Amino acid sequence: MRGVWKRADVMRVLVIGYGNPGRLDDGLGPAMADAIAELRLPDVTVESDYQLNVEDAAQIAQHDVVIFADATVTGSEPFEFRRIEPGSSVSFTSHDVEPESVLGLAWRLFGAKTVGYVLAIRGYEFNDFGERLSQSATANLKSAVDFVGRMLHERNFEADCIPDPRHHT
Amino acid sequence: MIATKESNRIVIEPVTRVEGHGKVTILLDEQRKVKQARLHIVEFRGFERFIQGRPYWEVPVLVQRLCGICPVSHHLAAVKAMDRIVGGENLTPAAEKIRRLMHYGQFFQSHALHFFHLCSPDLLFGFDADPMIRNVIGVAAKYPDLAVQGVMMRKYGQEIIKITAGKKIHGTGAIPGGMNKNVSITERDFLLKDLDQMITWARGALKIAKDYTVQNLEKLAPFGSFDSNHMSLVRPDGAMDLYHGNLRAIDSTGNKIFDQVDYQDYLQYIAEEVRSWSYMKFPFIKSLGPEKGWYRVGPLARINCCDFIDTPEAESARKEFMAVTHDKPNNITMAYHWTRMIELLHAIEKIALLLHDKDLQGTDLVVKGTRRREAVGLIEAPRGTLFHHYVVNEQDQVELANLIVSTTHNNEPMNRAVQKVAADHLSGKPEITEGLLNHIEVAIRAYDPCLSCATHALGKMPLRVRIVDHEGNVIDEKVKA
Repeated sequence: MRGVWKRADVMRVLVIGYGNPGRLDDGLGPAMADAIAELRLPDVTVESDYQLNVEDAAQIAQHDVVIFADATVTGSEPFEFRRIEPGSSVSFTSHDVEPESVLGLAWRLFGAKTVGYVLAIRGYEFNDFGERLSQSATANLKSAVDFVGRMLHERNFEADCIPDPRHHT
Repeated sequence: MIATKESNRIVIEPVTRVEGHGKVTILLDEQRKVKQARLHIVEFRGFERFIQGRPYWEVPVLVQRLCGICPVSHHLAAVKAMDRIVGGENLTPAAEKIRRLMHYGQFFQSHALHFFHLCSPDLLFGFDADPMIRNVIGVAAKYPDLAVQGVMMRKYGQEIIKITAGKKIHGTGAIPGGMNKNVSITERDFLLKDLDQMITWARGALKIAKDYTVQNLEKLAPFGSFDSNHMSLVRPDGAMDLYHGNLRAIDSTGNKIFDQVDYQDYLQYIAEEVRSWSYMKFPFIKSLGPEKGWYRVGPLARINCCDFIDTPEAESARKEFMAVTHDKPNNITMAYHWTRMIELLHAIEKIALLLHDKDLQGTDLVVKGTRRREAVGLIEAPRGTLFHHYVVNEQDQVELANLIVSTTHNNEPMNRAVQKVAADHLSGKPEITEGLLNHIEVAIRAYDPCLSCATHALGKMPLRVRIVDHEGNVIDEKVKA
């Protein structure tokens, strides 16, 4: 059964924003991390990186909740927010680790029970180099920051969670 | 997916959302024998244009955007070129040692990640094992200690990078002519705390790779293997050097093709061939021509090319490795894993030496000299030799940039490996199972290619395999989730 976190709980939250700021809207994840860091919320740790990797599992294990913030090409506008379960995936190269896998490693290797969420912010321009977000992506980012900022303040994640349709098929 | 009327064609395509993906196309004849197999790497060539016009001092930071796995290699290759642009290539001892520490940290984390979390599932469970267990979570379930070691070794290397480069992302540690910070006593002590554990784990990883290769030599020797030339940096005395040296190329039997070549002159020795079916170029040694001049780079090539390694445990391991082929170059593709672990041990031995060197706390960090217009920076990245070539105008703007990355050097060898494995394992098979498909991936993974993966995000598509008969009908399709 999924627990519902309430404001009164002492909860350590980790936000990992990842992506490549040099590839236009792929920088949505790091931009999200920057914006959340500026809020200076108590008990919220913010990390930014090009991509997820296995060592993130060790840090995730030290938190109660982790939010993976990334850009999405095909997700709903302005963003999707959903709970994920620990899992595994077979990767073709060492350049690609999925949120479910990192969460799975945190559970399996470090005995964590960290609850994971994915924040997928819709982007539009990816196929070029450039250190800027498109206008539409910037608007989506603002919506996502407002949403996550409020959620982190209230510490209530499940209420606004958009179920992952993959878990219901 | 490309289908032809005259042949069956199988396409293995891990589709990512942007440029920078690989796909394997296997062409079958009417008897379902493999007629041709090709690895296509869709390489985005816009990065050089992105750099043009930027001030040269920004480049060592900008180039890190090329890749999320090996930003340090691009950072260092670019800054080595910019050292020469500012006339500061003769670094102070402190600056060179801090850069080397950063570089060995990068090697340590990159090789550990590849071995424990990418190739170990194939080695521990077998190429044909159920993909539900043949993954990192499967390793975590059956060999939790190994999986933890992989995570913690990767984390240790990342800590070194963070300390020397200033931060994990967009590190700014290396600047033209030197470094902008040293390693404090506190930072050094933090890294020393876990050093002994890392050395122990590196020894263990090497033993796994060596034992696996020796015990399975009969099976591994022909797997995706072929004779080839090899190229790497070596020191003037012939020692392996991952950070700096001169170029050496040898043939498959160990004869030197060229030696102690100053990499500023690389264009006199290396050329790149363009083929109509591939976006990625095919480098070759000019004196041998495109047919015979292709070569391998990376751990296997480095161990084959060098005369010795200047750290005791890695040197001992190198001798054991070379004994398998009676001190001749080893041309076994799967031997990449063993050599990668020799380098893992070498990297941590070097890290140990550097952490005990007081020069890391030095304060003389930057030198400048006579300005140049053009320069090449070259480094041995974890995946192989990495070239950065720049021309900078009088307004300090980059006019020209040319990058040859490790995966491009290995383009022809990876194609040969795919062709060999496809012919040996897929020919005549009525159905391409996931296990068979994985054989192809195992051969490519041995090279640890970097598929120009500068971007990544949610919404990726799965790996697709399609088999189309000679009339263009899809007769089988597999999707790898």
